[in-house]
Amino acid sequence: MSLSSTELAYRIRRYALDMAHTGKSSHIGSVLSMADIIGVLYGEILNVDPQNLKWPGRDRFILSKGHAGSGVYVALAERGFMPREKLKTHYQNGSDLSGHVSHKAVPGVELSTGSLGHGLSVGAGMALAAKKKQDSHRVFVVMSDGECDEGSNWEAILFAAHHRLSNLVAIVDKNKIQSIKTTTETLNLEPFADKWRAFGWSVQEVDGHDHLALKKAFEFRCPEGKPLVVVAHTTKGKGVSFMEGSVLWHYRSPQGEEYARAVEELEGARR
Amino acid sequence: MRDAFVASLTELAAKDSAVILLTADLGFGIFDDFSRRFPDQFLNVGVAEQNMTGVATGLALEGYKVFTYSIANFATLRCLEQIRNDAAYHGANITIVASGGGFTYGSLGMSHHATEDVAILRALPGVTVVVPADAWESAEATRALANRPGVGYLRIEKSGPDTARKPGEVFEIGRARRLKDGQDVTLFFMGGVFAEVLAACERIERETPARCRIVSVHSVKPLDEAEIVAAARETGGIVVVEEHTRTGGLGSAVAECLAKHETSPGFFRGLGIDDTYVSVVGDQNYLRRASGIDSESIYTAVVQALKKRTL
Repeated sequence: MSLSSTELAYRIRRYALDMAHTGKSSHIGSVLSMADIIGVLYGEILNVDPQNLKWPGRDRFILSKGHAGSGVYVALAERGFMPREKLKTHYQNGSDLSGHVSHKAVPGVELSTGSLGHGLSVGAGMALAAKKKQDSHRVFVVMSDGECDEGSNWEAILFAAHHRLSNLVAIVDKNKIQSIKTTTETLNLEPFADKWRAFGWSVQEVDGHDHLALKKAFEFRCPEGKPLVVVAHTTKGKGVSFMEGSVLWHYRSPQGEEYARAVEELEGARR
Repeated sequence: MRDAFVASLTELAAKDSAVILLTADLGFGIFDDFSRRFPDQFLNVGVAEQNMTGVATGLALEGYKVFTYSIANFATLRCLEQIRNDAAYHGANITIVASGGGFTYGSLGMSHHATEDVAILRALPGVTVVVPADAWESAEATRALANRPGVGYLRIEKSGPDTARKPGEVFEIGRARRLKDGQDVTLFFMGGVFAEVLAACERIERETPARCRIVSVHSVKPLDEAEIVAAARETGGIVVVEEHTRTGGLGSAVAECLAKHETSPGFFRGLGIDDTYVSVVGDQNYLRRASGIDSESIYTAVVQALKKRTL
């Protein structure tokens, strides 16, 4: 793989910013918080092949927090699944690239999402299929912490542990902010990691912006055969100072001076 | 009808290891033989229908032919968004089997009355909706849906009389079954309410000179439009009977079809459940009477429609 995870994460941030700017779309804060996770997955971990989309041995990736779809579109374009030019159609009338991630006419996307609490169950089904067929690939599902309010996730969490889906990796982008307020103020999830442990999962807690730590966590194989959750502690809006830790940027589209400053900060950090 | 589904599924599983059944902890006793013979093709996922449908989608996207099973509203409404976004949008080969169509579980109360399911499932693009009238249709539909791409909805009831099959008759999704011909009225129906339609027809033909055409519309979607247009053109009028709300169900589907083809029947009557939740306690027969879809009500509706027409 020619592109480092660091460079990929940078491009995810930089191009997703442009997409949010051009499309006047929301959710840039959610993309920035998971950019390093996606960068490490598509840069270092996922065994996927743009020339052979349906290769049975590929790793499966699901973005359950579908509202951050632009981040995955950038990663796919950078990995050669689609031309970079296509990213310019994001959010435009007549385009394939909807705000929430879509599999229709977008090579490399396994599952369309957008309504929260769907991805983990489908991922569990894929992991179960791989177990049945004795295939060695893994299934990665990126979720948000706010998404864990959805009860369907806890059904899937029970299921995956019961069936010992050791080939299933849930990654929680724990940016601690949800749609209106913080997760703690909205519906307390703590003690979050303990809840997964109590449900029978193996837990890795890491700094979700530390690429080495993320890589190590994703490569972890639980000796007891439990499914793995990587609780990635992140900052919403990471990389743009005035977006960091702010719920506003779950919705606001970067325009004018704000867009220019965001570009400057991202490009400055790259140098 | 339910046993026929299980028997048909068992045959399928024996031939095709890609066939897999998920149940959300219902079907006590009926899957014993299946799960013993095909332990790798059976999974009780627990009381968790949303997860069942998501897992089913994951399995189907990996090449399995998945059946999900529960009591009607649990298999459908509880996980409707998973059916829509995950299963149907991705064209996953999943057959949702809802046991207890209509008032099958009447006395258990409204939670167990499947009385809006067909309207709701019919509205979802890419979902095939099949409501068998008897054991044969149930068994055939099971086979047909297993090998049909995309999501199928199979609404079954516990038991009921069997329809008379013509020699060599073939079951086809999208093709209604004309069980009996007649020129004065066409009775369209779906599901086990067939027994009421048959009884009404026998009485009509015994007591009046009218002759009934009886059609099982097991395939509500896709609909056999030609058979509906033919009924309007060739018979005196149309009566639709369904153990389902009149809103959006078979009666609506037939009316939409007639409007689409700009075809007016001599008369049209839709017999179904009023736009209300049934709270009175009763078994299936009792609740059919209470809802005006029993043989007596069908008889009365047909006779009055015919009388009005000849006046």
